[in-house]
Amino acid sequence: MKILINGEATRTQAKTLAELCTALGHGLDKIATARNGDFVPAPERAKTLINENDSIEIVAPRQGG
Amino acid sequence: MMLEFYGTEIGSRLLIGTALYPSPQILSDAVVASGSKLVTVSVRREAARARSGQGFWELIKQLDVHVLPNTAGCKTVKEAVTTAQMARELFETDWIKLEVIANDDTLQPEVFGLVEAARILNEDGFKVFPYMTEDLGVAEKLVGAGCEVLMPWGAPIGSGQGLANPSAMKTMRAYFPDIPLVVDAGIGAPSHAAFAMEMGYDAILLNTAIAKAGDPVKMGRAFSQAIEAGRLAYESGLMEPRDMASPSTPVAGTPFFNIDSA
Repeated sequence: MKILINGEATRTQAKTLAELCTALGHGLDKIATARNGDFVPAPERAKTLINENDSIEIVAPRQGG
Repeated sequence: MMLEFYGTEIGSRLLIGTALYPSPQILSDAVVASGSKLVTVSVRREAARARSGQGFWELIKQLDVHVLPNTAGCKTVKEAVTTAQMARELFETDWIKLEVIANDDTLQPEVFGLVEAARILNEDGFKVFPYMTEDLGVAEKLVGAGCEVLMPWGAPIGSGQGLANPSAMKTMRAYFPDIPLVVDAGIGAPSHAAFAMEMGYDAILLNTAIAKAGDPVKMGRAFSQAIEAGRLAYESGLMEPRDMASPSTPVAGTPFFNIDSA
């Protein structure tokens, strides 16, 4: 199905947000996620289903002012 | 008296941003040299297999300082709230430097959204540090929304202009004598920071002035000393300026002073 990951159109086979993060190689990385603008806590990724045209944000720690 | 945010003592009145440094090592050295005990950080999109956030997180942990994540770049309440929630999980802190930005040219706080986001986040258990204008009405709304720290801008982010509106900043200090006030943004030189501290501001948050200095490590020390000097001056009680001269050397006993010709 087609989804947006960090603003970019992408195709994925992943059924859940946890599967998507694994497929993207994030594994145990320190990341945080949101689906369609709503925060998804790490423990809920495995039960968060991904649907066609979902917009997923995957973020990590970064320098800031 | 030591600086306190939400009941937590902070060992330095200089708060430093972590962006724009020439290298991670210089960032690390500058933080140590400045004596800062609180740094700001952010969250940004992570590309697949990039792992760029991991190294930065390790570096910050090694500094052993308090971490204040921001919501930089957010323009709506929803963006800011979701970003804050992601930052809380990533950095394992309920502190958030709340930024809701009105436009890209001035990076001015969008104060209506700011107040709304502050209320939502405070109700969700966050400890909110709002990046705001020096408007007293907005400040009162933020305090009403649960903020126990206020962070008015000195001047636009990254502009290095110092305090653009010193009179309003003085008024704000007088109006909120018991709330920790931090000048956030616009500070370009140690003298700007000292000026704000002499007014009684509790701390200074800056990034560009140190990160973009020719020698960020030395500039970190310069700001540290200026902020300490400004604080000591405030605690000591500054003299009131006068329009006319007033001799400091005693007038009585001045040689060659002839009463008859006076």
